[in-house]
Amino acid sequence: MKREEFGDNESLDLLNASGTNILLTTIDDVINWGRKNSLWPLTFATRCCGIEMMASGAPRHDFARFGMEVYRASPRQADVIVVAGTIVHKMAPVLKRLYDEMSEPKYVVAMGACAISGGPFFLNSYSVVKGVEHVIPVDVYVPGCPPRPEALLYGMLQLQRLIETQTIKSRKERNASHNY
Amino acid sequence: MEEEAIITTPDELQEYFINMGPQHPSTHGVLRLLVSLKGEMVKNIEPHVGYIHSGIEKMCESLTYPQIIHLTDRMDYISAHINNEAVCLNVEKALEVDIPDRIKVIRTIMSELTRIQSHQLWWACFGMDLGGLTCFFYGLRDREKILDIFEETCGGRMIVSYNCPGGLMYDIHPNFQKRVKDFIKYFRKILPEYDQLLTGNVIFHERSKGIGKLTKEDAISFGVTGPTARASGFSCDVRKHEPYSAYDRVQFKEILLSEGDTFSRYVVRIEEMWESMNIIEQLIDNIPEGPFAVKMKPIIKLPEGTYYQRVETARGELGVFVISDGNKNPYRVKFRSPNFSNLSVLNHIAKGFKIADLVAIGGSLDLIIPDIDR
Repeated sequence: MKREEFGDNESLDLLNASGTNILLTTIDDVINWGRKNSLWPLTFATRCCGIEMMASGAPRHDFARFGMEVYRASPRQADVIVVAGTIVHKMAPVLKRLYDEMSEPKYVVAMGACAISGGPFFLNSYSVVKGVEHVIPVDVYVPGCPPRPEALLYGMLQLQRLIETQTIKSRKERNASHNY
Repeated sequence: MEEEAIITTPDELQEYFINMGPQHPSTHGVLRLLVSLKGEMVKNIEPHVGYIHSGIEKMCESLTYPQIIHLTDRMDYISAHINNEAVCLNVEKALEVDIPDRIKVIRTIMSELTRIQSHQLWWACFGMDLGGLTCFFYGLRDREKILDIFEETCGGRMIVSYNCPGGLMYDIHPNFQKRVKDFIKYFRKILPEYDQLLTGNVIFHERSKGIGKLTKEDAISFGVTGPTARASGFSCDVRKHEPYSAYDRVQFKEILLSEGDTFSRYVVRIEEMWESMNIIEQLIDNIPEGPFAVKMKPIIKLPEGTYYQRVETARGELGVFVISDGNKNPYRVKFRSPNFSNLSVLNHIAKGFKIADLVAIGGSLDLIIPDIDR
């Protein structure tokens, strides 16, 4: 995606400027370029959002344009887990285990209202986890119930931008700050 | 010597267990199957449900009737419109509201569009489960055309929330009739392509014919409904036996086959898409004039008593049972979901087949897991 199409470039510049190192910057740039253009999502869907995720991979919306088409069934081969749908208390340990099984670097996209906050099941439900960030750290939130495939695509492009700004140091700091 | 070693291993030691799911692409969600195997043969399947149990039935008790619609949407999300219709019909039946013809006809058209898109998605996923990735692309390409119609009229792509007790949320879009007609014209040309891709495929025949046979008696005793039961010859179409909305004024065939194997379940769904198009064609040109919703009281209270309404979703018979104590919230709501009963038959029909056939059989049942767990 072109730089001018995003509204918030200042914070990106700020992120770029902080914590960079002259020697490592070039290496980081090359590594990040490779990582962001081959994001392989895990086939993980619990509810309606999963169908919209499938629709994103289908011909109309076509994930493949951005290097995300390779859905992996095994968490060991996946880079990003798109939490598509409700997570209930029985599922939460399984989700945590899936996340732990993924190899670094790994990213999390919370797709849809259920994964963000519990969504339609926020009130009165005794079994729904109110937001997936109680279980695993989230990088990008995609709102909607369910979000359109375009929204998911935009979220994934935001994730690519996030990867662009990462350095070895910031990656380490991020992992250290999440004690899940 | 080696042969002897195999023979001397006792039978009970040869059995082992495999966990299929909760994260497994072919379970279409988070169903967990504890499969007991002997070699490659399936000996027993124990489904573990509850990985997506969100307590919808309990939540309904604290919501008003118009609010329940938004939860039934998310129960069987691929036939969301039909689920909503069940709740609305139940409320209307309890209040003895007379529903104008326009609403009935529009609801029927929308239900059939929902059925077509559900079967398209099923076809796409079933093909993909058996290794034909092309099906996925073709099926979802055509599904988007129906979603466009939904989006224009209802505002939502999949979770439409178009019904409400007493009618519809809003009137149909001026383009609705034209777009539906265009779609039918397009899909009548495309559907034979589905047959060319998968129905006549020799590899597909080998993997589906004679696999997972379900007899008519078993279908009845397990409470199996929908296309799965109709493939075994059990005539269970609610649209025929207990017509609701505008189904009493249209002509259509109930597809009945007798083999009851995976292939006939496949054929029933393909044929149902043709029948759905017939139903839509009969109605689309004569949508009567009139209001799109009946004026209801701002707070809907059902009189004391129990109410039951069943409809035919894309997967089978959905029943909504409401106990009311006269308040604005129901006292108890129970959904009789088609997928739960259809899942119960899985162990019975997949026993004795190979584990690869389990994927084919599970795919042919067309399970939606949030509808099982609710």
